[in-house]
Amino acid sequence: MPLIDPEMFNELKQMSGTDFINELIDAFLDDAPNMIQNMHTALDTKDVESFRRNAHSLKSNANTFGATILGALAKELEMMGKENNLEVGNRLEVLNEEFGKVAEELKGMRT
Amino acid sequence: MKYAHEPGYLLVVDDNKVNRILLARGLEGDGHKVETAENGKQALDKLRRDAFDLVLLDIEMPEMNGYQVLETCLRDPELRDIPIIMTSSLDEIDSVVKCVELGAEDYLNKPVNPILLRARVNASLEKKRLRDEQRKLFRTFATKEIADELLKTGFSLGGKFVDASVMFADIRSFTTIGEKQDPTDTIELLNNYFALMFEAIVSNNGTVNQLEGDGLMAIFGAPIHHDGHREHAVHAALEMIELLKGFNMEQAARNKVQIEIGIGIATGRVIAGFTGTQYRATYTCVGDTVNLAARIEKHTKEAQQPILIDQYTSEGLSKNIQIEPLGPTLFKGKHQLINIFAVKPN
Repeated sequence: MPLIDPEMFNELKQMSGTDFINELIDAFLDDAPNMIQNMHTALDTKDVESFRRNAHSLKSNANTFGATILGALAKELEMMGKENNLEVGNRLEVLNEEFGKVAEELKGMRT
Repeated sequence: MKYAHEPGYLLVVDDNKVNRILLARGLEGDGHKVETAENGKQALDKLRRDAFDLVLLDIEMPEMNGYQVLETCLRDPELRDIPIIMTSSLDEIDSVVKCVELGAEDYLNKPVNPILLRARVNASLEKKRLRDEQRKLFRTFATKEIADELLKTGFSLGGKFVDASVMFADIRSFTTIGEKQDPTDTIELLNNYFALMFEAIVSNNGTVNQLEGDGLMAIFGAPIHHDGHREHAVHAALEMIELLKGFNMEQAARNKVQIEIGIGIATGRVIAGFTGTQYRATYTCVGDTVNLAARIEKHTKEAQQPILIDQYTSEGLSKNIQIEPLGPTLFKGKHQLINIFAVKPN
């Protein structure tokens, strides 16, 4: 499974226009680390609501770029947050690692 | 120019920067003017400051979520007419259903499909334009209360039977008047005359729903039902005659032509509803009662009376209105004799 679904990425490119795809990628690369950081903080402070919301945002963005695996990982964490379950094990680390790969790939996709 | 693609002024509300850019750029590419807000509070501030045509609203936001923004807008008379399209991810379908039930215009799943985005935005904008037109139309022809009430109850667009009083009024021998004087004077006369007649009708809870040449048709008791619609109609007629006296005095003072009018009122069941096309609609009434009112109005000249009403109208009047029975009359197109009454101006 590719890190980024080319079909979804092309659709996105079409919608935003080639000019704006870089703006979009930059926004994601800027925002996503904050979301992951917020999730770490939320785990420490046991703030289920913040954890769930940040996972939700990350999921939403990942899906927008066609980063399907990252999206699925974020969704799983969002669901756990929804069920008030913060026993996430190493899932956040796995997600962070996946984001690193996706970020590298996206940087290469800037035009 | 194609109506459906006229650009609108849109507000995109999303706490997520990627989503904001994506929606804004997509819509700007379609020719719309787009403003963005990062959270519910900011969105409400912008909505109260500027007149937007449409809002795309994210559900999941910190501080004030989309659900709360929607509720606030729907409760605010100034904001409740702005269509709101909810944007959400697929797994929030329960919240979306709640929003649509509450009064959101539509919804879009994220990631947003560009074709769906365009279609839903344009459809919503077109619906809003239609509503705005109807409101404008209604503000001209009826009281603000009626217009507001109709907009609140959402314009029951289908026709229905209602018990109402129908009034026709026109200027006697107007064609002759028009031929004798300068066309500018004729149009000015009509405009001044109609302004006064509208005043009398609208202030008595009536709605003017047709103008044709020098004639007008008004309805009382619909679209908003009033128990006293028969009396309202007759009061309006009396005020019209009274206002016309003043109008004629002014005309005389300016050495201009004076006019006489005839008013006919009939009460009964009418079929009422909105007719027209989506670009031009009007509230109208049809049925026997409407025909009868028109016939009675025509009869005012022969009877040499300014105001004539039918029996059912006469039965709904208080004692201080003086009426005189003129006996049964046979009208063209009617198979039975109709009892006619003259209303005596004060």
